[in-house]
Amino acid sequence: MAERTLRGTVAIVGIGETTYYKHGKSPDSEFKLALQAIVRACEDAGISPHDVDGFASYGNDRSDGPRLAAALGVKALRFSNMFWGGGGGGVCGAVGNAAAAVATGMADCVVAFRSLAQGQYARYGRGAPVASVGGEQAFTVPYGLMSPAQMFAMKVTRFMATHGIGQEALRAISLACYHHAQNNPNAVMKGRPLTPEGYDASRWIIEPHFHLYDCCQENDGAAAVVVVPADRAKDFKNTPAYLLACGQGGDHRSAAPVHNMPDYPGSHFKALAPRMYDMAKLGPAEIDIVQCYENFTGGVLMSLVEHGLVKAEEANQVLTPENLKAPLGKMPLNTSGGNLAECYMHGLELVIEAVRQLRGTAINQSTKRDTAIVIGGPMVTPVSSLILGSEAAL
Amino acid sequence: MSTTYLPKGLAAPSAAPDGLSQPFWDGTRQRKLMIQKCRGCGAHQWGPEWICHRCHSFDLDWVEVKGRGRIYSYEKPHHPVHPALVGHGPYIIVLVELDGVNVRMLGNLLGDPAQEVPLGAEVEAVFEPHDEADPPYTLVQWRRV
Ligand SMILES: [Zn+2]
Repeated sequence: MAERTLRGTVAIVGIGETTYYKHGKSPDSEFKLALQAIVRACEDAGISPHDVDGFASYGNDRSDGPRLAAALGVKALRFSNMFWGGGGGGVCGAVGNAAAAVATGMADCVVAFRSLAQGQYARYGRGAPVASVGGEQAFTVPYGLMSPAQMFAMKVTRFMATHGIGQEALRAISLACYHHAQNNPNAVMKGRPLTPEGYDASRWIIEPHFHLYDCCQENDGAAAVVVVPADRAKDFKNTPAYLLACGQGGDHRSAAPVHNMPDYPGSHFKALAPRMYDMAKLGPAEIDIVQCYENFTGGVLMSLVEHGLVKAEEANQVLTPENLKAPLGKMPLNTSGGNLAECYMHGLELVIEAVRQLRGTAINQSTKRDTAIVIGGPMVTPVSSLILGSEAAL
Repeated sequence: MSTTYLPKGLAAPSAAPDGLSQPFWDGTRQRKLMIQKCRGCGAHQWGPEWICHRCHSFDLDWVEVKGRGRIYSYEKPHHPVHPALVGHGPYIIVLVELDGVNVRMLGNLLGDPAQEVPLGAEVEAVFEPHDEADPPYTLVQWRRV
């Protein structure tokens, strides 16, 4: 039986983003933003949107595939797919689902995308003003536990305490993201540099580990990537980024209700990471570039540990701003500014930045650029990750 | 008029829409802490599910457990995300590992919000009735012992 793998079977050949806005500031509707990002991704690939034949998204994206296909005049829709789960847990999973469709011949040219206009719709970081709540929420909301930050903070408290990790490790993640954003014209936080003193002085969102600058923004915008078969990848305008592996899902009972998941202080990648590295035929030591979804810096910390990129007992030494900054850091992290400082595009901006790094066209270009990992949506479930490589990495 | 840890105006808990957690909320009204116990394999389970994840029995009983445990983790939210909490200041949420049953429960830690919250500290359940609510309900809170 042939090896079951996505490794080297598909490539990302087009990337597209809208202008990124502060939440509520987009002049365009969410659906129009989605169309703009997809058209730009097609332009980048050098194809007509008519030739796209599939759409994959996540986070309950409201811009649904059939409607996009109609608006864009897609000739035939062959794949229309939504990844379960909220937030950005599905960002790499959506790319992986697009890849699976292309690799198995269900479709030839699938766009993975995310569109968000939180001005047009409700914001994430607010509790809904309702009279009563049922299901799992009945056990959280009456205690003042309702925002994503509040849902995840106790994982971080437990993890930091268990491993003796200091706040400086989280600060380094935030400082690196803000540093990278200062060179990025499309970063919402460009022109707003962050200093260690500014971080330390920022208000608590949640004690003991969530300062203001540990928490993602909320933004408006859209982003898209074009996935095609690897054997056609060189027919397009720009250098392809090949998919080496993708993993999605959660650990044993990671969705157990009311904070009863067995592996509590974790980000839910422990099951998928080893399998993904096996598929990629490489290990964490061979990863050049790391893009890791910051809903909250504590989630980045746990994700890096679960992907073997940092050892928990070495986090205090390894997670320093110097190590995380491109071009010379040991592990350049979120080189366009990430969710914290570029845009909270639910992580799709991280996939796009990974492609730019492999192409050699990133603003904060890393000197090593053959492999890139993207880690999506730590602490939610399901989560997902992927590894991209240059042609040399195949 | 009952005293409550957090200001009035947060959403009330309900067993709706499927009724799965009704025995828990009925229990707290009688100052009893009820969780699921599988009649098939004897394991306790929390939060409520329709099936035992160990042996797949649908025959799940509700049994009273002692409201004692240890603080497994905590947080002190400062930033209010609900209108009822604006201007209230920080409050403490604890995740409590119950003694002897391998489940965790959430609640507020009663007392000064500025207090230290040591992981592993012993706590006991305190029932917090909201009698004037319609329908009335009772939350489970925690205090250091
Ligand atoms: Zn059972």
